[in-house]
Amino acid sequence: MASEERIIDIGHLCKSFGEKKVLDDINLYVRKGEFLTLLGPSGCGKTTLLRMIAGFMRPDSGSILLEGKDILDTPPHLRPLNTVFQRYALFPHLDVYDNIAFGLKLKKVPEEEIDKRVRKVLKLVAMSDYEDRDVETLSGGQQQRIAIARAIVNRPKVLLLDEPLAALDLKMRKDMQIELKEMHQKLGITFIYVTHDQEEALTLSDTIVVMNEGKIQQIGTPTDIYNEPVNSFVADFIGESNILNGTMIEDKRVSFIGHDFDCVDKGFGENVPVDVVIRPEDIYIKKNTEGEQFTGTVRSCTFKGVHYEMFVDTDSGNELMIQDYNAFEPGTTVGMHIRPGDIQVMKKERTQNSYRASVVADGRVSFLGAEWECSTDGFSAGDEVIARIAFGKVDLLDHEDEAVTTGNVDFILYKGNHYHLTIKTESGEKIWVDTNDVWDKNDFVGIRIAPKDIQIVKADDGNE
Amino acid sequence: MMKGGRIFAKIYLWVLMAVLYAPIVFIAVFSFTEAKSLGNWTGFSLRLYQNLFTGSMQNSAGLLSAVKNTVLIALAAATAATILGTLAAIGISKLKPRNRAVMSFLNNIPMINPDIITGVSLFLLFVFLHISQGYTTVILAHITFCTPYVVLNVMPKLSQLNPNIYEAALDLGATPMQALRKVLVPALRPGMISGFILSFTMSLDDFAVTFFTRGTIGLDTLSTFIYTDARKGGLTPELKPLMTIIFLIILVVLLLINIRNSKNDNKR
Amino acid sequence: MNKRSTWALPYFIFLLLFVVLPLIMVVVYAFQDNSGHFTLSNIAKFFSDGDSLGTFALSIEVAVENTLLCILLGYPAAYILADKNLNRSAVTVVLFILPMWINALMRTLATAELFNMAGIQLGKGTLLFGMCYDFLPFMIYPIYNQLNKMDKSYAEAAQDLGATPAEVFRKVTLPLSMPGVWSGVMMVFMPTVSTFAISEFLTNNKIKLFGTIIQENINNSMWNYGAALSLIMLIIIAITTVLQGGGNTEDAAGGAI
Repeated sequence: MASEERIIDIGHLCKSFGEKKVLDDINLYVRKGEFLTLLGPSGCGKTTLLRMIAGFMRPDSGSILLEGKDILDTPPHLRPLNTVFQRYALFPHLDVYDNIAFGLKLKKVPEEEIDKRVRKVLKLVAMSDYEDRDVETLSGGQQQRIAIARAIVNRPKVLLLDEPLAALDLKMRKDMQIELKEMHQKLGITFIYVTHDQEEALTLSDTIVVMNEGKIQQIGTPTDIYNEPVNSFVADFIGESNILNGTMIEDKRVSFIGHDFDCVDKGFGENVPVDVVIRPEDIYIKKNTEGEQFTGTVRSCTFKGVHYEMFVDTDSGNELMIQDYNAFEPGTTVGMHIRPGDIQVMKKERTQNSYRASVVADGRVSFLGAEWECSTDGFSAGDEVIARIAFGKVDLLDHEDEAVTTGNVDFILYKGNHYHLTIKTESGEKIWVDTNDVWDKNDFVGIRIAPKDIQIVKADDGNE
Repeated sequence: MMKGGRIFAKIYLWVLMAVLYAPIVFIAVFSFTEAKSLGNWTGFSLRLYQNLFTGSMQNSAGLLSAVKNTVLIALAAATAATILGTLAAIGISKLKPRNRAVMSFLNNIPMINPDIITGVSLFLLFVFLHISQGYTTVILAHITFCTPYVVLNVMPKLSQLNPNIYEAALDLGATPMQALRKVLVPALRPGMISGFILSFTMSLDDFAVTFFTRGTIGLDTLSTFIYTDARKGGLTPELKPLMTIIFLIILVVLLLINIRNSKNDNKR
Repeated sequence: MNKRSTWALPYFIFLLLFVVLPLIMVVVYAFQDNSGHFTLSNIAKFFSDGDSLGTFALSIEVAVENTLLCILLGYPAAYILADKNLNRSAVTVVLFILPMWINALMRTLATAELFNMAGIQLGKGTLLFGMCYDFLPFMIYPIYNQLNKMDKSYAEAAQDLGATPAEVFRKVTLPLSMPGVWSGVMMVFMPTVSTFAISEFLTNNKIKLFGTIIQENINNSMWNYGAALSLIMLIIIAITTVLQGGGNTEDAAGGAI
C-alpha cells in the first residue's frame, strides 16, 4: 500500500541539549501511506525527532521536507500534520464532542460539516454514543480512541503517534494494536509511530527505524531488522538473541564458541574479529551428539507456553539460549547445530578502548577527565597521544576509594561467556569493559586500569 | 480516640471559636444602637443602618469614597495580579531548573516581607524616582504583594495538567494566543479564581502598604480611613453596620463556595 | 517557536522593578545622610539610641511570646480540625479562617473596646492577647494544611509497628507537620515585630513596637533613619528565613478558601 512517493524527507538533522547530542545527523525518508515506526530505548531521540516533525522543537541544523517543501519555518498550528500524544492530552474542560471538533472549529468549518465529520470519526473509533461524555470519566482505552479521533478528524497528511499505547494494560494494548493497523489500512494516511516496545514495532510497521543515542542504527522492514540486525545493539534490542565474539576466518567461514562454522557472509577480510548473532530458535538441539557441530549440557529448561526455553553450557564454556518445541532435562548432554543462513555476522564497532590523551608528566597521562599512571617512554610532558586499553583490562570496583574515575553502567550485553559493558564515565565519555562480574544497569562503578595495560601511541598513528 | 478526648476536642474548638468571634459579634451587636462609641448601649435602633444607606451622617463622603476606593483598588490589583501571575506561572513551569529557582526565590520575597517593609521600600522607590503617589502607586504596590499568591495557586494546577495539552492545541491548528485562551485558561481556571479571590481579599484588608504608598492627595481606603478616624478619637459610628454587612456577605460567599466544593468532591 | 518560558518575563521585570529595586533603595537610603552622602551614622544611631534598642528588644520579646502562644493554641486546633474522627466538616475550617477576612484594624479596635468594657487595663497583657487573636488563624491554617495532606498510612504504619498513640504523635505526626509549623512561624513572627497600628490600638499608644518607630520616622520625613531601621528588620527576616530553610511559603498560600 505504501507508494514510492516520499511524503517526508529528513536530511542531516542535528540537535543538542547542552553537551548532549540528542539527534546526530538523522537522514530518513517516509513514503506516502506507510506505517513507519521509530523504535529505541528511552532517551534515544525518537520522541525528539517526532516533536521536530510536529513543529514543537527546532533542530540545530538540517532540514525537514513535507511533500518537497521545507516546513522548518512553519509553526505547528499551520502544519498539515496531527499528533496523538503520550497520555492523550485531551482537554479536560471539554466533552468528547468538543475535543474532537476543536481543530475543525478553529478552521471555521461550517457547523453541519463539523457535525458530520465528528460523528463519522466517532463511528470509526467505535465510540459513537460517547459524544456528550466528560473526557475524564473515560477509561484509558476510550481516551486513547478519542485522542486518535481528535487527530484524524482533521484529515492530516501524516499522523504522528507518540507512544500512544504505553499507558494501557497488556490486553488492551494488543487489541488496540490490531485496531490501529486496521485504521491505518482504512484511512490510507501515513503513520509515524514512536515506541520503545520492539514487539509492537514488529507487529504494526511497514518500516522500522531503530535508534540509539541520537543515531539511526538500522532502517528496514520488520523481517530485515529481525533476521539481519546490523550491529549488536539492534540484535540485542529486537527479540531474544545470542551475541558472541567471533573471528571471520575467511569469506563464508566464521569461528565462534571454539568451533568453525560455515556461513553466508563475506567481505569482512581474513582473521577479522566480528560479532555473531544467533537467534535462540535457530539452534537445533538433539539428544544424540553424533555428527552434530558441537555439544553441551542443558543447565535449565523453562516452559514458555509455545516452546521451551533452555540455557545450555557448551563444550567450550559458553552459555547459549535455545528455544525448541521439545524439552530436554537439565543435566542432559546434547548435540547442536546451526545452519549457515541463520548465522548473522556483524562488523565489530570497536575492538578496544581508545582515547585522545595528553602526557601530563613523566609516567602520567590524562584522558576521560582524569589522570592515569602508565609508561610514557618516548614521550614528554605536553605531548598529545592516543591511549589504548583492551576491553578486558579495565577493573570495575563497587566503590570509588581506589578508583581513578567513576561512572555508571549504561548498557549490558551478554556474550555467552562474559558481559560486555558500556560505562558512561563522570566526564560524559564512554569506556567499554569485558568482565565476568555481574553488574546491573545504572550501577555506580569505580574505574581503575593497571599502568601496564594502558598503551600509549603517537596521536597521528591511530584513528580515534 | 476515646470519648472523653473527643468531647474535650469539641469544647476546645468551640471556646477558641467564641474568643475569635467575640469582637466581631461585639461590633455586630452594637451596630443596632445609636450610641457613638462601642460598648455603649442606648436601646435598639436601626438608625446607623439608615444613616449608612441614606448617607446622612458626618463625614459621609469620606466613608463612601473610602469604600469605593477600597473595592476599585482591590478589583484592579486582583485582576492585574491574576493575569500577570498566571502568565508567569505558565512561563516558570517551562523554565530551566536554575532560572526557575531564581524566579521562585524572587516570588517568595513579597510573601516573606512584612507589610511595613513592602510599604516602606516602595515608598522609598517612588520618592527616589520622584513619582507622585496616589491611585497608581497604591495599585502597583497591591499587585506586588498579590501576584505571588496567584503564582502559587496556579502552579499546582499546571503540574496536574497533561504536559502536552498546549502542544495538542497548536497541533490541532490553534495559534499560541488561541491555545492560551481556549485550552490553558479554562484548564487553569480554578487556580486563577482562588488566586483572584485571595488577592482581592488581601487587597481589601491591607493597611500598611496602602498607608505608605497613597501619598498626600488624601486618598483613603477603608483601612486608612479607620486608622485616621481612630487616631482622631471618635470612630465614625456607621462603620459598625458597614462591617456587619461586609462580614455577612463574606460569610455567605465563603459558605456557598465551600458547599459547592464539597459537592463537587463528593461527585468524584 | 512559541517559547512559553518567555511568558514569565513580564513578571520577572515587574519583580525586579517593584521588589528588588525597592529593597536596594532601603539599603541606599540607610547608608545616606539627608544630603545624599554616604554615612554609617544611621546604623550607629540605632545602636547608640537606648529608646530604639529598647523598643527593638521589646518587639522581639513580644513576637517570640506571641509566636509561642499561637503555636500552643493553634497546633491543637489544627490537629483537631485535620482529624477526620474529630471533625468531619470543612465548614468548621472555614469558620476558623473567616476572621482573617474582616478588616484587622476594625477587629482590633473592637477587641480593645471589649477590654475597656471589662475594665482591663490596656498594656502588655492586652497587647499579647490581641496580637495572638489577630495572628492565630495564620498559624492554624498552614499547620492544618500540612496535617491534612499528610498520608494517613504513616501513622497507621507506626501503630502497626507498636507505637502508642502518644508515640505516634511524637515520633511521626509532629515531625512531619513541622514544615507547616515553620510556615506559621514565618507568618506570625515578623509581622508581629512590624505591626504598628495594631499595637497602638491595643495599648492606647502606651507600648511602641518596632513597626511604630519605623512608621514615625518615615512619616516625619526622617527617611534615612527609617530606612536604616527597615534594613535591620530585613536582616532579621533573612536570618529567620535561612533558619527556616529557604522560605517555603507554599503551604500558607495554597488557596485559603
